[in-house]
Amino acid sequence: MQLTLWTYEGPPHVGAMRIATAMKGMHYVLHAPQGDTYADLLFTMIERRDSRPPVTYTTFQARDLGGDTAELFKSSCASAFERFQPEAMIVGASCTAELIQDDPGGLAKALALPIPVIPLELPSYQKKENWGAAETFYRIVRGLCHPGSRSADFNPRSCNILGPTALGFRHRDDLTEISRLLTRLGIAINVVAPLDARPSDIARLPEAAFNVVLYPETAEPAARWLEKNCSQPMTTVIPIGVSATRDFIAEVAKLAGIDAGPLLAEDASRLPWYSRSVDSTYLTGKRVFIFGDATHVLAAARIAGKELGFDVVGMGTYSREFARPVREAAKALGLEALITDDYLDVEAKVAELQPELVLGTQMERHIAKRLGVPCAVISAPVHVQDFPARYSPQMGFEGANVIFDTWVHPLMMGLEEHLIHMFRDDFEFNDKAAPSHLGHGGAKQEAKPAAAEPARIEAKQLSGWAPDAEKELQKVPFFVRGKARRNTERYATERGLHIITVETLYDAKAHYSR
Amino acid sequence: MNLPFRSADQGQALPGCSGQPVLKQRGQREVFCGLTGIVWLHRKIQDAFFLVVGSRTCAHLIQSAAGVMIFAEPRFATAIIDERDLAGLADIDVELDGVVNRLLERRPDIKLLFLVGSCPSEVIKLDLKRASERLSKLHSPRVRVLNYSGSGIETTFTQGEDACLAALVPDPPLPASGTAPSLVVAGALSDVVEDQFTRIFRDLGLDDVAFLPARRSSGMPAIGPGTRFLLAQPFLTETARALEERGATHIAAPFPLGAEGTTAWFKAAADAFGVSDSTFRSATDAGRMRAAMATAPHREALVGKRIFFFPDSQLEIPLARFVSRELGMELTEVGTPYLHRQHLTPELELMPQGTVLSEGQDVELQLDRCRAEKPDLVVCGLGLANPLEAEGFATKWSIELVFTPIQGYDQAGDLARLFARPLDRRTRLEV
Repeated sequence: MQLTLWTYEGPPHVGAMRIATAMKGMHYVLHAPQGDTYADLLFTMIERRDSRPPVTYTTFQARDLGGDTAELFKSSCASAFERFQPEAMIVGASCTAELIQDDPGGLAKALALPIPVIPLELPSYQKKENWGAAETFYRIVRGLCHPGSRSADFNPRSCNILGPTALGFRHRDDLTEISRLLTRLGIAINVVAPLDARPSDIARLPEAAFNVVLYPETAEPAARWLEKNCSQPMTTVIPIGVSATRDFIAEVAKLAGIDAGPLLAEDASRLPWYSRSVDSTYLTGKRVFIFGDATHVLAAARIAGKELGFDVVGMGTYSREFARPVREAAKALGLEALITDDYLDVEAKVAELQPELVLGTQMERHIAKRLGVPCAVISAPVHVQDFPARYSPQMGFEGANVIFDTWVHPLMMGLEEHLIHMFRDDFEFNDKAAPSHLGHGGAKQEAKPAAAEPARIEAKQLSGWAPDAEKELQKVPFFVRGKARRNTERYATERGLHIITVETLYDAKAHYSR
Repeated sequence: MNLPFRSADQGQALPGCSGQPVLKQRGQREVFCGLTGIVWLHRKIQDAFFLVVGSRTCAHLIQSAAGVMIFAEPRFATAIIDERDLAGLADIDVELDGVVNRLLERRPDIKLLFLVGSCPSEVIKLDLKRASERLSKLHSPRVRVLNYSGSGIETTFTQGEDACLAALVPDPPLPASGTAPSLVVAGALSDVVEDQFTRIFRDLGLDDVAFLPARRSSGMPAIGPGTRFLLAQPFLTETARALEERGATHIAAPFPLGAEGTTAWFKAAADAFGVSDSTFRSATDAGRMRAAMATAPHREALVGKRIFFFPDSQLEIPLARFVSRELGMELTEVGTPYLHRQHLTPELELMPQGTVLSEGQDVELQLDRCRAEKPDLVVCGLGLANPLEAEGFATKWSIELVFTPIQGYDQAGDLARLFARPLDRRTRLEV
């Protein structure tokens, strides 16, 4: 049993819904009690879809449990087929239906519908949303593709794009960006799946020469199966950031047997110049904490370090399935990755590290707000704001431009940072004010000395701060005050000092600026 | 599984809609489960915490229903059951104790903890009543622990509040004096409405009025014989039963929506306590006039417009009465998840004869009926609103009618505006 305030991922059947809703001509019959229909609003409200997800819920009630819930499943399945006339169907159970063990797959098979019906086994008490999406997509590909159906004269410069789903973080715009890139390289796109694919399109997947995997979280199992059974190699580089996009271009060009030289020679993104321009000097060594799904975290760590010149002081993911590469990437930075789906652990980590910028999900936005740290959102779980009206990809060269703006925007601008330091007593331009370009967001709350803040606990043997030292600390700008407090306390503890004086504060400052 | 229209024995003999047949349907329901009530209850009772014992789906539901609206640290969480719990590998009592300890450590301000049952906890027959009694002993006197079920196999949306309040009723002991307040208003209201109502009751000469739930766990009203209660919400079946079991008597009334509903609601209380007509008029006249003034401009925009209600919160019938009688709208179908005849009789008597009433839902068939009716405004849940807008219908999200202060004289205009705004918007947009 796990205490959960917020959850990073929904249950696995929501992952299955993301696949079904992304597709056309597919219908999902879900054995579920009333209330599980809440998931429809994820798509109609958060993503603002203009049609209901293609899902039929059996809606069993307590009084049905003693009776025939299996019959209810069969009649729901039959009437869904009748009403929606899908080309293929997926069937399964939500968490409650899993407990009553009605076997939706077997029941649907007994109906002998004239379309492919793919049963899903999604263990709700073990797995989560992304796993559910990946498993569903894999089952659909396995169920509808026939290995060996590729004709001999297939186009060697053709690919499928795998991974974009409904409710994906910027999937719509990433797809546009990457499709443009591939088209410019002269690579034909055979099928995009699951987004906008029909079951008949899934059957055509084997006709392409290779697969572009945009989101391993949802597409990797399917891509591996296609690699093995349809001799289709897959891409491994995720084109987020300037360097990764260039690597991706080189990778697909090699798979397609094309010269990527001309495209790589172009100055396609503004990020490199913006990052080198002097105004960005103040970004140097900004301490960032990164958390999200594995794909976006790995990409963000590379961009933060190599393209914006930040210091990555902590990183982690809630995608346990992809813990290994995140651990490796963290290790390369001398860090230990935080692999958890517990929001409270992440909160404790942010409080401990006192970063100057958090790159995370909507959950971390919440944490950062509480702690008074700037934050930019880089990954699902999504929020209505993560479906902007404007074109706003994360991938490709335009994605890199978007990332530069999104990450730099929440920070204090270069000279403003200095001015605040110099004139910290100005009544309207002080460190309780938000960055001026972010408007009058109201006075900043001093980061609560959260119980979870280990620096305070560690400093227990300290009897505390002398009043004048505490007062002096308040003159340090808020965005580095947490760090200054932490460093000073550590410095004092290490030296067995009992009281922190103004002297100690400046000694520690000197010590840590070496 | 659609039952035919239930025939009414008394037919025309009864006023309004009260003798009218109801279309009962069974099929896919596009409604929330009772857990959703936590979204407002956790704000209403300021030192209470709601711990759902359920699955990741439960956690995801509350977060999705509430996530976009909540900016402060929530006073709710989910204890997610995992496969070790199901396989019996973990002692569920020990697990639950651990979760509760961690929670109370984090939130020392919590005085009242609700263990909230869910579909999975009901199906595996987890005894949360026993657990809450055990935990209550463990954490007494600092924290009281109560339980109720918000599961989707038993409760629809607002029935979660009903279950929560019913759980609170047996709890408050009688004060030492042995007297309970003479009037209890049951049903969560926003604080502003509660304050307005308190003032009106005071003007009626009724000082001894308490609200259930109170804003703090220590302030829950004692209930005893001699207590009379008014329902502020139409979905409180179990709460009313629990109050009656404690000896309290129900004052039947329409619900306080719109000028007419609010007046009738206060009048029922005034009559029950023998308040004179002149006192009643002087306490309510000004409010009634303000309400009429505030609704008038919206009435102009809405009169004659046809409205269709999908079932959601059980507020549908009082709302339909309001829009029909005070805004002049024409009712097509009024759907409700559950129709409590006894509590709604005063409302049904005021509804225009011939209104189509439906209880329960088969969403596909109901959508077919809605499309055939071509109403000017559809009141529906969040899952249906954008798809219906895309089909060309103007919609009003029903959840907003639950999350907005709409009761009483001074909210009548706001309530009317909620219906007028979608139509107003359509006249403004040129794109």
